[in-house]
Amino acid sequence: MVEIKLPVSDADIRKLKAGDEVSITGTLITARDAAHKYLIDSDGAEVRDILNGGMVYHCGPVVKKDASGKYSFVAAGPTTSIRTEPFEPPVIEKYHLRGVIGKGGMGPGTLAACAKFGCVYLSALGGLATTLARSVVEVPTVYKLEEFGVPEAMWVIRVKGFPAIVTMDSHMKSIHDDIEAASKKTYERLLGTK
Amino acid sequence: MANEKLTAAFLELIRRAATDLRPDVMEAMRKAVAAEGKGTPAASVLEQKIENVRLAREGSTPVCQDTGALVFYIEYGPDLRQKDIEEAAKAATVAATEKYYLRPNAVDSVTGKNSKNNVGIDAPHFRFDQRDEKGMRVRLLLKGGGSENCGAQYKLPDGKLKAGRDLEGVRKCVVDAVYAAQGKGCPPGIIGVCIGGARDTSYACAKEQLLRNLDDTNPDAGLADLEQRLVKELNELGVGPAGLGGKTTVLGVKIGALHRMPACYFVSAAYCCWAYRKATMTVSASGEVTHG
Repeated sequence: MVEIKLPVSDADIRKLKAGDEVSITGTLITARDAAHKYLIDSDGAEVRDILNGGMVYHCGPVVKKDASGKYSFVAAGPTTSIRTEPFEPPVIEKYHLRGVIGKGGMGPGTLAACAKFGCVYLSALGGLATTLARSVVEVPTVYKLEEFGVPEAMWVIRVKGFPAIVTMDSHMKSIHDDIEAASKKTYERLLGTK
Repeated sequence: MANEKLTAAFLELIRRAATDLRPDVMEAMRKAVAAEGKGTPAASVLEQKIENVRLAREGSTPVCQDTGALVFYIEYGPDLRQKDIEEAAKAATVAATEKYYLRPNAVDSVTGKNSKNNVGIDAPHFRFDQRDEKGMRVRLLLKGGGSENCGAQYKLPDGKLKAGRDLEGVRKCVVDAVYAAQGKGCPPGIIGVCIGGARDTSYACAKEQLLRNLDDTNPDAGLADLEQRLVKELNELGVGPAGLGGKTTVLGVKIGALHRMPACYFVSAAYCCWAYRKATMTVSASGEVTHG
């Protein structure tokens, strides 16, 4: 298990290899489809400092608001990452992201951006909502809540020991691509097309 | 004003669906751990998922934060009115959102605004059927959006798949859908399939197959054979739990069929994630509520 404290340096991120299990501590921003579009269309002033050397988490949480107005995460597993594939490479470049956390893997654009700018894609386990919410120790603030709604808002969260697996590293290695390539052979056999 | 007792019953139904998985699903997950082999990465992924369900059940928190779209399948007797049932179910949906059993998941497709309470145009979705017996049976399915995106529909014959208008062609469609989904639908998946119908009814029938128990046997011998064969073959794809590799890509395949028009031969696949959330309740003629 590799401990990662955010913000993290380019050099440290490049040490990670696909398959490494990591434990993340620091401040993350949740970002899905709407947030990614916003980060491209604007200068993202409110989150720029956190994203610099930091990570985004593809997550649309269930969030509790207590009587004093304080937020906490009730359920917070990853959402499917591939939807943000068109947005991710420019977001990685523009905000100096060092990590993208989600599920299901991403495409060639993100893999190339990881190699070029020093970033990794990390898989959190899908459907581990209650477990992962326990790694979120504080929800200091949220941006775009009214406009985007709870699932799409940019939640600023402090995580401690957040578990993930590096599945796309900064050396053009993608476990998702490897598994797809291997399954393709079986697929062709089952279809009798090859 | 919705009937309070009925609303409370619906609220409990939603809580059970969102914060726990049914015994047939948990049994399939445990069998998958054994099939992967203790100590393997795939078994570890499955064990973490099983543990997550335990924690969710204990704290009545969602198994998955994507609590999906609510689909109620309701069979009701002559003593009940559809409108009353719908009102109670909607009131319970609002209450379940306030209690954080559900994420606010209904977004206006035109304005992009979240309704904040899971009620909106065709949300929740209801399927009503009348029956002669008094009382009702309600089955609820909560299916997340990530796996919904992995659904697929085919029109046979399909030249690319070399799939004709027979069960062999159907088999190829399902293999294609699950291969294309890779790890994006949160495997191991449960695949509901429909053969025939029209575009819309075919998709609806595929989703309805997800109401079946994982350990049941299709009454049609040909479909039962195909279901078994597909489970075996799909697990050879090696996509595995969370799409990170392994022997368990699906937990089950359930196939239904509808009569079709001579010109059409649709095959629809509904992909359900491993967080296979469904629950049933019955209301007797005397109004007694049973959850199971």
